[in-house]
Amino acid sequence: MFKGILKEQTIQVGIGFVFIVVLLGTFILPEWMSNNFMYGLSRGLAVLGLMILWRTNLVSFGHALYYGFGAYAVAMAQKYLGVTDVFLRIIIAIAAAGLLGFVLGFILRRYREIFFAMLSLAFSMVLYGLLAKAEFLGSTDGMSISPSTMFGFELGRFGLFYFIGFVVILSLIFAHAYLRSSLGHLTTAIMDNEIRVEYLGYSVEKAIHIKYVISACLAGGAGGLMAAALGQVDPDSMVLWSVSGELVFVTIMAGLGNILAPFVGAIFFEFIRTYAYEFAPQAWQMIIGGTLLAIIFFLPGGLWSLFQKINPFKKEKK
Amino acid sequence: MAIKEILKTSNLQKSFSGIIAAEDINISVKEGEIIGIIGANGAGKTVFVNMITGYLKPTSGTIEFNGSDITGIKPREATHIGVCRSFQVSQVFMSMTVKQNLMIAMSLAKKSGSQLLNPIDDENLSKECDKILKQYNIITQKDLIVSTLSQGMRKLLDIAMAVVGEPKILLLDEPTSGVSVEEKFGIMDIVISALKKSGTTVLFVEHDMEIVERYVDRVMAFYQGQIICDAPPKQALKDKKVIQYVLG
Ligand SMILES: Nc1ncnc2c1ncn2[C@@H]1O[C@H](COP(=O)(O)OP(=O)(O)OP(=O)(O)O)[C@@H](O)[C@H]1O
Ligand SMILES: [Mg+2]
Repeated sequence: MFKGILKEQTIQVGIGFVFIVVLLGTFILPEWMSNNFMYGLSRGLAVLGLMILWRTNLVSFGHALYYGFGAYAVAMAQKYLGVTDVFLRIIIAIAAAGLLGFVLGFILRRYREIFFAMLSLAFSMVLYGLLAKAEFLGSTDGMSISPSTMFGFELGRFGLFYFIGFVVILSLIFAHAYLRSSLGHLTTAIMDNEIRVEYLGYSVEKAIHIKYVISACLAGGAGGLMAAALGQVDPDSMVLWSVSGELVFVTIMAGLGNILAPFVGAIFFEFIRTYAYEFAPQAWQMIIGGTLLAIIFFLPGGLWSLFQKINPFKKEKK
Repeated sequence: MAIKEILKTSNLQKSFSGIIAAEDINISVKEGEIIGIIGANGAGKTVFVNMITGYLKPTSGTIEFNGSDITGIKPREATHIGVCRSFQVSQVFMSMTVKQNLMIAMSLAKKSGSQLLNPIDDENLSKECDKILKQYNIITQKDLIVSTLSQGMRKLLDIAMAVVGEPKILLLDEPTSGVSVEEKFGIMDIVISALKKSGTTVLFVEHDMEIVERYVDRVMAFYQGQIICDAPPKQALKDKKVIQYVLG
């Protein structure tokens, strides 16, 4: 599955990109900027998950379900098992979200288009309702997450940043391996013609289910990393429908062209949000909405298409 | 040794909210036979193909394949047991290139389980794919997006995608419609000779009687959902009912 993958240009560029972001974030930039990079990288995982679904024309308006589930899995593992190890945290977040995606996938794989989108939203609202009521998880206040450790030592902010970069690189490799495989190519095939896929002998529902679980794992991983990065989980910033909306927003803004696009888009989004909030605290949503409109009108292929226009080979810069 | 019966239907019937599209279909097909299905528009040819390949569930009656009941199976189950098809309106992946289309078909036919996680552009498969594209005379178009191709070429690709699954029985729904007159025989020569070599049983729907006469062992003529004649081509094309209801 991974044969020769490190020789692929997408992966080489991707690793280069992550290195640059991490180095900028840890050595050069002031903390607020560096935070934007760190959050952008983390949330980019969830956007990557959405993008993989999107390539089959499936849009999930409720991906915060997995994002939040991953984050809360980290919180619960801390509360009940005392887990603070960063490796365990990410594994728990991914596994929990993947498991949830696997179970719900049996329902979702039968739906398409707006039904698929809204059904995901409905599930995420159920989780929001449960978490907001769950006193043992701090209800609407959420819980604080203690600093992550690695092999018993506290990781610190830089350490966590490196770790996030590491997880992002692994995810890029995995996502690329999936998308270049025969199974991954079914992505576009299903979007084009489900009947033909069935007549080629493969179950469309199964292909969608696999994709859905992958997508859930990525979103869960993003939630787990964000929980560690923010040191806090709460329903409003992890599971509310607006969080799902933001993920969809970033997916459109980033474009579906390349697996790096979600990370570029997510970092870009963190910056617009920060600036918009700073310069126009009353109207920041308007600025974000305006940005989206501008992208849809002028760059329908997303930010990524901009890089392709400028230079098809050098894609490192943000 | 007697030649094996590969496909058999008994009293197959299909109705759509009261309208009968197929009735009393009783056929028996032997392994390796090449059969032409003829009939006017709306006679029920496509409905018949759709029932055999699992796209439509018969209202009543049974379908047997190699002695086992396959009535109402799903399309992909049909593919798995070796009952494959092409479509009257080509069903291909429009936004992909010709080669990508065939590569997907080939990798789904030849790989399974975790092998599907390997890169699709595997060297051997790619070479074999080019060979087939050459055989079907669409090699020069291999990097074109399918939506830019002519009807005829899509048709060829559609058939090639079904054939690479190495079916035991192949149903082709109007393989030469939309193909220019000059190309028709060329295509059928390619397709039929390849399938004869592999001993595949073929049923194909066809409006062009010249093609029917030239390639088939037997003709089944449909009229209003029923088979009105089932005989070798020479005899069938002279049949009074066939002349009146199909050719007339
Ligand atoms: N899904 C459907 N719902 C309702 N009626 C249908 C459906 N499919 C086919 N029919 C009807 O069944 C009859 C047979 O149709 P069929 O498509 O099999 O004709 P055909 O012989 O393939 O004709 P053509 O040469 O035009 O392809 C027609 O009267 C058609 O309207
Ligand atoms: Mg028809």
